[in-house]
Amino acid sequence: MMPSDTLRFAARAAVGYPLRTFLMVLAMSIGVAAVVVLTALGDGARRYVVDEFSALGSNLIIVLPGRSETGGFNPANVITGTPRDLTVADAQAITRAPAVLRTAPLTIGTSEATYGGKLRDVTVVGATADYLKLRRMELAQGRFFSAEESSGTTAVAVIGTKIQSELFGVEPAIGRVLRVGDRRFRVIGVLAQSGQGLGMNPDEVVILPVAAAQAMFNTNTLFRILVEARGRAAIEEARTQTREILKARHDGEEDVTVITQDAVLATFDRILGTLTYGVAGIAAISLAVAGILVMNVMLVAVAQRTGEIGLLKALGAPGATIRNAFLAEAALLSASGALVGYALGQAGAFLLRSALPALPAYPPDWAVVAALATALATGLLFGVMPARRAARLDPVTALAKR
Amino acid sequence: MNLIELSGIERVFTLGDSAVHALRSLDLALAAGEYVAIMGPSGSGKSTLLNLIGLLDRPDAGTYRFEDRDVTTLTADEQARVRRERIGFVFQSFHLVPRLTAAENIALPLMLAGVDPAERVERVKQALADFGLADRADHRPDQLSGGQRQRVAIARATIMRPALILADEPTGNLDRATGEEVMRLLEVLNANGVTLVVVTHDGALGARARRQVGMEDGRKVQDNSS
Repeated sequence: MMPSDTLRFAARAAVGYPLRTFLMVLAMSIGVAAVVVLTALGDGARRYVVDEFSALGSNLIIVLPGRSETGGFNPANVITGTPRDLTVADAQAITRAPAVLRTAPLTIGTSEATYGGKLRDVTVVGATADYLKLRRMELAQGRFFSAEESSGTTAVAVIGTKIQSELFGVEPAIGRVLRVGDRRFRVIGVLAQSGQGLGMNPDEVVILPVAAAQAMFNTNTLFRILVEARGRAAIEEARTQTREILKARHDGEEDVTVITQDAVLATFDRILGTLTYGVAGIAAISLAVAGILVMNVMLVAVAQRTGEIGLLKALGAPGATIRNAFLAEAALLSASGALVGYALGQAGAFLLRSALPALPAYPPDWAVVAALATALATGLLFGVMPARRAARLDPVTALAKR
Repeated sequence: MNLIELSGIERVFTLGDSAVHALRSLDLALAAGEYVAIMGPSGSGKSTLLNLIGLLDRPDAGTYRFEDRDVTTLTADEQARVRRERIGFVFQSFHLVPRLTAAENIALPLMLAGVDPAERVERVKQALADFGLADRADHRPDQLSGGQRQRVAIARATIMRPALILADEPTGNLDRATGEEVMRLLEVLNANGVTLVVVTHDGALGARARRQVGMEDGRKVQDNSS
């Protein structure tokens, strides 16, 4: 029998039993759709977190006060256990390192902003002139601090778009005086709308010169120092230099944690990537179940069509021909199930993206390929046993059955 | 030359713990072009004999020579090839594939033999015309009458131009008139040189054949060959 005839014969058989074919395709498509949708969800979450973190800037090194790494015994720890604070002077010292392009000392707190009788809780960020460039942020109106303004306690502020619309409404905000806590600041700029920024929405902040913010919160320590290396290749070098400088400035004690954005990104990437694999594995169980269903359905088909198999044998069909016909049928059923499931899965991912626009829920290519391949492979694998049973039927007993 | 030579054939079925001798030391020779009726009550072994001749079953002892070749030792696939090319079957219950049209049912042996699709269409068209089924080509079996179904089955049995046609109670599911029509078709084939073996328990039907072989308890009890 020619391969094209085998396929046509199998297709006619599949179409000849519509309910059975429909149920089979449904089961297989649910399995494939589950893999596609769930991996889209997992990978979407991974991309969301990674994108958020990348939005922080690029080639970044983050300095945190206190040490989280375990080192050997240091006699200095016996005498001075408390870590030294990070100061603006530390940040300025790091700026002078050869591999470092710019730094941004950060101090963060919450306060209340009032204008014209309207009051709102805001996140106050104390920063310097370089902060805007380092975070790759844009201004919608006005200007950012100059270097002189940010080094002193000049009473100027840059606000997020949401603060602007809620406190000032349609009035222009530039040049107005905004009260933050018990101090008054002149608004000189409004940030462009940006959406999400890891843990802190830039639309809802008030940025003050770092010294002014420190004075407001009555502290001289920093929350973080963000350091931008001169390039991707310089990240490790900048990290080492930052650590050396701070060690020297802190009496030879390494009491800060220096992490690179890349390392954090890689960790998130790995954790959420593993999560996606796990979810794909769980969804693959439904594919295995669908495969067992293929076997069941094909066994029923062989039993139903015993008379037909006997006839084919009487007409001189060798065992291989009959086996191939039933295998082709199983393959056709699982292939169409896989295709329908792929379409359903893509539709599901599309609905997911419409419902949660922030989540880039696209199924990864590997998952799509793996789902389709697994569907076909299980269909064929579980089709082998029924097909062999059909091929081995005794023609006399098969013909006796109607 | 004999088309079929059976000698010392034994066939034993085991039912539970008792052995049933379906055929006992059977010898039978059929010449090419013969018209033979195998007759006997049910359980006499006539169907087993037909299955053996049609290579659907193997004897437990004895040899079977088909066209001067020992076919008992052939593998299952080699036997399938002999069936495909040299033997046509006509069954009491027609055995048409219900989801295929009349034309597709007739084309089945050609498809199994891997005949070129264009040639297939030609031969099926010719067969449909020969058996008066031209206007029924696209009908499925459930849209055909009993007589039409058996004509489709005969067209299918002859499409490969076999040397031997085995008919197992070919009129069993048909009324007298259609049965008569079907038998005439088979006899025309025989007149054109095809060896025809009909299995029946109907004496009147058996009497139409030039030779009658009577079976009883797995033994040949009557053979009026010259």
